[in-house]
Amino acid sequence: MISPLPLVMIAAAIGAALLGFAFVRSGVRWFLGLGLGAVAGGAGSMLFMIPLDYCTFAAERKPYEAEFGFLLVGIGMAVVLIPVGWISLRLLRGESLMSTASQPTQGTFRHWWIAIPLLAPTITILVLFLYYPSIETVRLSAHLSRLGAKREAFVCTTNYTRLVENSDYLDVVIRTMYISAAIVVLSMVLSLLIATMAYLPIRGASIYRTLLIWPNAISPAVAGLIFLLIFNPLGGIIDHVLGSAFRLGWTNDPKVAPWTIIIASVWKSMGYNILFYIAGLQNVPKDLIEAGAIDGAGLIRRFTHIVLPMLSPITFFLIITNMTYAFFDTYATIDYLTPGGGPLESTNTMMYQVAQLGVFGERADLGKAAAQSIVLFVMVIGMTIVSFRTGGRQVTYGA
Amino acid sequence: MTNTIASARPQARSRWIPKRWYAHISLWIACFFLGVPLFYTLLVSTQTRQEINRYEFTPGSGLAENWDIVFNQRHLQDYMVNSAIMTAAITIGKTILSLLAGLAFVYFRFPGKWLVFGFVLITLMMPTEVLIIALFRFINKLNWDNTYLALIVPFLASATGSFLFRQHFSNIPAELSEAAQLDGANPLQFLFRVLVPMSWNTIGALAVVQCLYAWNMYLWPNMIITDPNLDVVQVGIGTLRAGEGGGIQYGPLMLGAVVASLPPLLVFILLQKQFMSGFTLTRDK
Repeated sequence: MISPLPLVMIAAAIGAALLGFAFVRSGVRWFLGLGLGAVAGGAGSMLFMIPLDYCTFAAERKPYEAEFGFLLVGIGMAVVLIPVGWISLRLLRGESLMSTASQPTQGTFRHWWIAIPLLAPTITILVLFLYYPSIETVRLSAHLSRLGAKREAFVCTTNYTRLVENSDYLDVVIRTMYISAAIVVLSMVLSLLIATMAYLPIRGASIYRTLLIWPNAISPAVAGLIFLLIFNPLGGIIDHVLGSAFRLGWTNDPKVAPWTIIIASVWKSMGYNILFYIAGLQNVPKDLIEAGAIDGAGLIRRFTHIVLPMLSPITFFLIITNMTYAFFDTYATIDYLTPGGGPLESTNTMMYQVAQLGVFGERADLGKAAAQSIVLFVMVIGMTIVSFRTGGRQVTYGA
Repeated sequence: MTNTIASARPQARSRWIPKRWYAHISLWIACFFLGVPLFYTLLVSTQTRQEINRYEFTPGSGLAENWDIVFNQRHLQDYMVNSAIMTAAITIGKTILSLLAGLAFVYFRFPGKWLVFGFVLITLMMPTEVLIIALFRFINKLNWDNTYLALIVPFLASATGSFLFRQHFSNIPAELSEAAQLDGANPLQFLFRVLVPMSWNTIGALAVVQCLYAWNMYLWPNMIITDPNLDVVQVGIGTLRAGEGGGIQYGPLMLGAVVASLPPLLVFILLQKQFMSGFTLTRDK
């Protein structure tokens, strides 16, 4: 339907326009931007399309697969254009890239090549076990590949479009978001409240602190086991203590099971958050709060208008670490507390689904699991960028 | 007379009601709810099946029996040894590789240094979990499945660690390395004789964080190790669930959970301060 050549030409034109504009704005010769942008834009559009052989635009494919193809072209262009633009601007402004002139000379050792064996182990491991698997995940996601099977078949973007075609996967995504959001919000709010009490100079403050933060050392797996002991439907202590009115089916009612996971995860992650909030509160300058008190601000106003903004760097850091915890580390808790993803898959999160689909399940489908991994990957990168953009700006750094 | 009464009153009050009583009460409640699950776990680990079913809130009489199941029948100590080897290797290896990378980034001038640094730093955006399917396949192709190599090698490089030591070394005065070079020290001698003795705090910080991370790993060992003899303790305690005559035998299971949690609890409580300082604005890796 859509042939590669016009697509590359349009991509090149867009790239040229974008980089040309960027170069004009930063006062560098614009025609360089045009040329570089055209090459980078064209190459970027091919980044995913050459391996896919432009299959998304073939005549027999459905219209939304072509849309998905355009999305991939766009992502590929961004992936190539942004670093090319950044590096070339840096170079042209005279901030040299390859020369060593801008680096400090004091105290450095002579033979620069000694740095190669020093960095080699780190770089080798990163390339082999992080960079290569990243690329391999992208490749796998375009194949039908079963665990143990020798042959793979190229299936274009079928693994992705299947995710959109039935609503099951959307349910998994929504469920993951809601479980994660509940864990992060509950854990951080409760931790902040406790930390505001625990940082006060009271008797036995250090004992309280130790008694509050130790759950951080407990593994997510053991947290799952401890809460299995408490919440299991066959004689868990919670049913005995709360009586029959609260016999909710903590791990076998699809409505309640996610909350059992949330409770266990909040319990496990609060120690970490309390630890960091106490440290953050200790760094809030006392005179600032006293100044607020003199100006007539009440306790609550002082908290919301002085303490909370001063804590924003810590909060911003904790949101990222808590989100990654909720996305990935809850796996072990789920696996012990509600094995197999809970009743009616009610605790089946995106990470759990990837592991079950790709490795543990029957007729494990690596391609499908890889496609879902990529969705997770995009979400993680998106989350990091969004939180840096929005959180990073409102954050108050220091006094 | 009235003056003394007025000034004595707050003192009399504070003898019985501690200052900031509301903080004490709320902290008591928080400690209670955080502590109760573990406390009950400890109780159950000493109880027999009958005692557990009666919901007794006292230490039971089943500790010896549970101990026998956990250590003599199911050999939890073997899993503990596997976890200890993995944790020690990851922690030591990561620290050494990060020290070497830090040394290269601070004490050498080489072309494209910032590019290499960016290459290392950008891996912070690549959690192992999202690549785990491809990593699993790759390790299988290397025939590393069911070996310690699979548990250790992929986790030896650390963007966090390299960054941490780079920052730390940048703050050390340049005169020190100049003096070391005048004395004829080579870079490795400088690292281990001069920098390492000055960096124990940073090393400790990284080590505590990595120790907890490695000991508590679950998904990856569960995937790549299928030989029960090589399972790590986080996976191995799962085998304690199966009791005789069906059903979960909670006594031994909880004893296993407690024993498996002792090493990280000890490390964390003793080295709280190092743990805190071990965090830059990035996730541990």
